[in-house]
Amino acid sequence: MKTNQQNSFGRLLPYLLIGVYFGIVFTKSEVISWFRIQEMFRFQSFHMYGIIGSAVVVAMISVQVIKRFKLKDMDGDDIVIPPKEMGSGTRYWLGGTIFGLGWALTGACPGPMFALVGNGVTVMLVTILAALAGTFTYGVLRPKLPH
Amino acid sequence: MIEFISQPWPWYVAGPLIGIVVPALFLLGGKQFGISENLRHVCAIIPNKVAFFQYNWKNGLWNMTLILGVVIGGWIGFTLLGNPDPVAISDATRADLTALGVTNFNGLVPSELFSWDNLLSGPGIILIVVGGFLVGFGSRYAGGCTSGHAISGLADLQLPSLIAVLGFFAGGLIATFFLLPMIL
Repeated sequence: MKTNQQNSFGRLLPYLLIGVYFGIVFTKSEVISWFRIQEMFRFQSFHMYGIIGSAVVVAMISVQVIKRFKLKDMDGDDIVIPPKEMGSGTRYWLGGTIFGLGWALTGACPGPMFALVGNGVTVMLVTILAALAGTFTYGVLRPKLPH
Repeated sequence: MIEFISQPWPWYVAGPLIGIVVPALFLLGGKQFGISENLRHVCAIIPNKVAFFQYNWKNGLWNMTLILGVVIGGWIGFTLLGNPDPVAISDATRADLTALGVTNFNGLVPSELFSWDNLLSGPGIILIVVGGFLVGFGSRYAGGCTSGHAISGLADLQLPSLIAVLGFFAGGLIATFFLLPMIL
């Protein structure tokens, strides 16, 4: 599909609504709370594990159904789920650990950062800018990093 | 009903509501759930010569629209459905954080740490700025964040995603048990 058709208002609207839905669920389930993230990393409550675990189970069953029955999307196109390339694996454990350090410090992964801005924690805009700087730095250093 | 949805939602409601978005995005337009891609798209919009950012970011406009919606949804959750009580964390967590010097448990984040007033203090810079930088760098290096690896990656039974998620936890535990006591 051409980019301009793909980006008409009518085609983007469902994604806006899914985002709004997400922002509400993130807020009401408190997964955007620094306190909840601390509770998770201290293994002091089931709350976050229950959320991530049940989200994975629901997503896993759905993805297996999509693959098994070779379902198509609403445009009639095949749904392609590209496998992640292992390479040396370094990027996954090392990049993952770096991400985890940041997740516990800020108490927010990328989605919740934006939901927190909506919740009035506007200083998270600085965190988002810093995350952009981190992403840009990765882009610059990418050719030199082990993957 | 309003009373019910104004309460914090339990995990068995919130988890499935999040998980169902993965097939919804696939069925709607063949899109894969991954929030941190948006950070790369914004870098691609800014004119630069870095090879990693030379692609048509307009293909990611759906995702940037979604994240705009998350901001709006956060506002709705806060203003219309907001819960005035402190986040009901366990007593053990409260005790641990109190020992680290946290005194204000109102709101979703400790306001004494995550505020404009605290931004330029030592702990503020590390939590707000350094933490954000590590999230941005690490998510792109690992090729995804909580949504891309922990949810859509594990849902597709991808071993690389499992390794990334173990890394997320390793980093989180290091930050929680070694860095925070030094910073706070």
